[in-house]
Amino acid sequence: MPPIQLEIGNFSAFARDRWRPLWTRARRPPNLPLMGRYFAKRLLSLIVSLVVASWVIFFVIEIAPGDPASFMLGINAQPDTIAALRSELGLDEGKVTRYINWFTGMLQGDFGTSYTYRTPVAQMVADRLWVSLPLAIYALTLSTLIALPAGIYAAARRGKSGDIAVMGATQLGVAVPNFWFAMMLVLVFAINLRWFSAGGFVGWEAGPLAALHSLTLPAIALALPQAAILARVMRSALLDILGEDFIRTARAKGLSQRQALWRHGLRNALIPVLTIIGLQFSFLLAGAIIIEQVFYLPGLGRLVFQAISARDLIVVESVVMLLVFAVIMVNFLVDLTYALVDPRLRGRG
Amino acid sequence: MTLLDVTNLSLSIGAFPILRDVSLSVDPGEILAITGESGSGKSLTALTILRLLPNCTRLSGHLSLEGQDLLALSEEQMCDLRGHKIGMVFQEPMTALNPVQSIGDQVMETILLHSSATRTEAEAEARSLLDRVGLPADRFPLSRYPHELSGGQRQRVVIAMAIAMRPALLIADEPTTALDVTTQAQILDLLRDLVRDYGMGMIIITHDLAVVADMADHIVVMRKGEVVETGSTKQLLATRRHPYTQKLFAASNHQADLPPPVTTDPQSAPLLEVRNAVRDYPLPRKRLFAPAEHMRAVDHVSFALHRGERLGLVGESGCGKSTLTRAILGLEPLQGGEILLDGSPLSGKGLTAEQRRKMQVVFQDPFGSFNPRHKVARLITEPFHGVSDAPTGQDRDNRVAEALIAVGLNPEDADRYIHQFSGGQRQRIAIARALITRPELILFDEAVSALDVSVRAQILDLLAELCSAYGLSYLFISHDLHVVRSMTDRCLVMQKGQIVEHGQTEDLFSAPQHPYTKSLIAAAPVLPDLATGAA
Repeated sequence: MPPIQLEIGNFSAFARDRWRPLWTRARRPPNLPLMGRYFAKRLLSLIVSLVVASWVIFFVIEIAPGDPASFMLGINAQPDTIAALRSELGLDEGKVTRYINWFTGMLQGDFGTSYTYRTPVAQMVADRLWVSLPLAIYALTLSTLIALPAGIYAAARRGKSGDIAVMGATQLGVAVPNFWFAMMLVLVFAINLRWFSAGGFVGWEAGPLAALHSLTLPAIALALPQAAILARVMRSALLDILGEDFIRTARAKGLSQRQALWRHGLRNALIPVLTIIGLQFSFLLAGAIIIEQVFYLPGLGRLVFQAISARDLIVVESVVMLLVFAVIMVNFLVDLTYALVDPRLRGRG
Repeated sequence: MTLLDVTNLSLSIGAFPILRDVSLSVDPGEILAITGESGSGKSLTALTILRLLPNCTRLSGHLSLEGQDLLALSEEQMCDLRGHKIGMVFQEPMTALNPVQSIGDQVMETILLHSSATRTEAEAEARSLLDRVGLPADRFPLSRYPHELSGGQRQRVVIAMAIAMRPALLIADEPTTALDVTTQAQILDLLRDLVRDYGMGMIIITHDLAVVADMADHIVVMRKGEVVETGSTKQLLATRRHPYTQKLFAASNHQADLPPPVTTDPQSAPLLEVRNAVRDYPLPRKRLFAPAEHMRAVDHVSFALHRGERLGLVGESGCGKSTLTRAILGLEPLQGGEILLDGSPLSGKGLTAEQRRKMQVVFQDPFGSFNPRHKVARLITEPFHGVSDAPTGQDRDNRVAEALIAVGLNPEDADRYIHQFSGGQRQRIAIARALITRPELILFDEAVSALDVSVRAQILDLLAELCSAYGLSYLFISHDLHVVRSMTDRCLVMQKGQIVEHGQTEDLFSAPQHPYTKSLIAAAPVLPDLATGAA
């Protein structure tokens, strides 16, 4: 190979060129027709899933024994009240007509009116979403920021004390119930140190910083158990990859163990990690009910809980549909990220 | 000056000695072959030279490259040396490349790591390297990903990475074992040219003695971590002093003692008949509503196999021989034609009980084709599930014992688990599993390809014995021409889903007619005539 001379005068250009960050380097632009087909197929599967989910939700409530109106009103209801509610709910009409009305209504943002609260369900859900969605994103960001470095650190030091410490901590993180952890957070940071309020939500009108401040303790309580799981997934995915032949090839090229891990291991290990992140987001959005209870937050989880207790089927139906939509949407996004990470997936559907 | 000097190198992992007093040397421009069976320590010798060993290893002895003591270097200094002074090519090209990085990036990485080149310069250099190893720019731009290349093409990329810095020493660990014969011949030619052009020293590690005899200037024969014999290729082939070397060469050239072919009346009904078999696989649609296109894996194949006959089927990977095998076993539906076993057609819904009894199969991988949680008795009686009059109780035990004795194992082995057996023993168990229904036809799908030469010779002997003892018919599917030549009476050559040539095995190998058969036979390395030692 001809010796390659370095021009001294042009060092900064050289350094820029040589150590340009990975994402700015010239790569083959992803094959657009292939990517387009992948996107179209995913989108199609998203729409089909949504429609099928809406059937399931609607008809499960239909087949449930008894009449929704009498169920909602309880056992002591008068027949004429039940009849009034039936016509109010539109139960006199055929099933298919009602399904079409319900579904097209939802598409236009009309989720019906809550029987208990006498307010539009869309309004109620939107109010709650403004708490639950930021909380889920906040918690997921925290959990990812903690878990990925911890998992990578543990994998790089497999079997050494650092690995054992991280794995011990994650074991604890998985085992400790999050409501107990939430109470400990309140005890230490709200009651003793007085850094945060013990509960409640100030609302976004108080400014984004104040709002985020009041979501911090719940977000931490939600994030830690998720971070523990994610760190373990990250570690094991990375360890699997580190046993692959191409890591040995990278080492034979002259890369150190650490360089091989960062340059060749990480991106390959991301697929299982992305899958878990997707699942966790769906869980955080709807499953935060206990934490919402502990911190007295007006979130979606509490809304569902209250709606179920009050037998408000319209709210339950709408919120469940919304959550299904969120889960399917997140999976769709995760699928798209897969294709960005792994070129082998781009041609498939 | 000697390029690489290894003297009395010993390696142990934990308390287990792996290499014992290994000594060898390589001069610039010289090709040294290390050969031996699995477990002989050949690959670990290579990894020791690169010092890419697992933790908890103990090394002693002397190891130097261009006079520099490698054992005295720090890990950081070794990183500078790997890929720069020593290049390495591994066995499995399918997994040796990072699947999410383009081939250009992977070749450039070696250059950027060891030189002060800018990315633009490295890109130009990577381009010229890929051109050099036979991947031209118009068909193989730097932006290609590994999954878009075939095994041979990927191995070329790995070679380009290994020679990027013109290393003084190139180590190739079984570089062609996973490849077809014609690809193998091309890769070996490429390696030989590179050694000559760049004056590199090369260590080629292979279990294939024909490759060794063809490529190497010097040979080192290893067994159980020790060097048993070493010498120049010509001299070693001529003398073969050590008994192990003699055994290896004898096993490589082994001719099983097949009983003479049964002469059948050509008018009689064949045991297996394939008539115009067609198997199509749908390809992904190009557009949403475009008609689906098909890939024809088996294209109007017809042949007949008579009772007592041993029929070979050869061809390179992707030629459709495995698909055809699966179709014969009733595991693949056909899109055209039919398959008859003893006169009765195979239906699309799988085999009947009687067809199952008559036909059994032995697969390639003795490690992956058994359920590890079942004992041998249960494993080898599995074919009874599909048979109508399966024996039970004592009868069944007797059949198990009979099958195990037939393949040279003990009846007591029925009570053991599969992990307690070696590769060769497992393949015997696989044969016992095929024998248990007293079949008339056994399909061998690359059944000896994963075995060491001496074990392979024993299994081939066993097959010959079983053939005369039970009057079996064999359909022998393999890419290994030597094995097919020694085991079959008649042979079919398959290319791109079609049978391009068929005939008596000996005639076909000594006077091939079709150009594809000719290229296959020409590409397969052949052991020199050992009686004279002429290479």
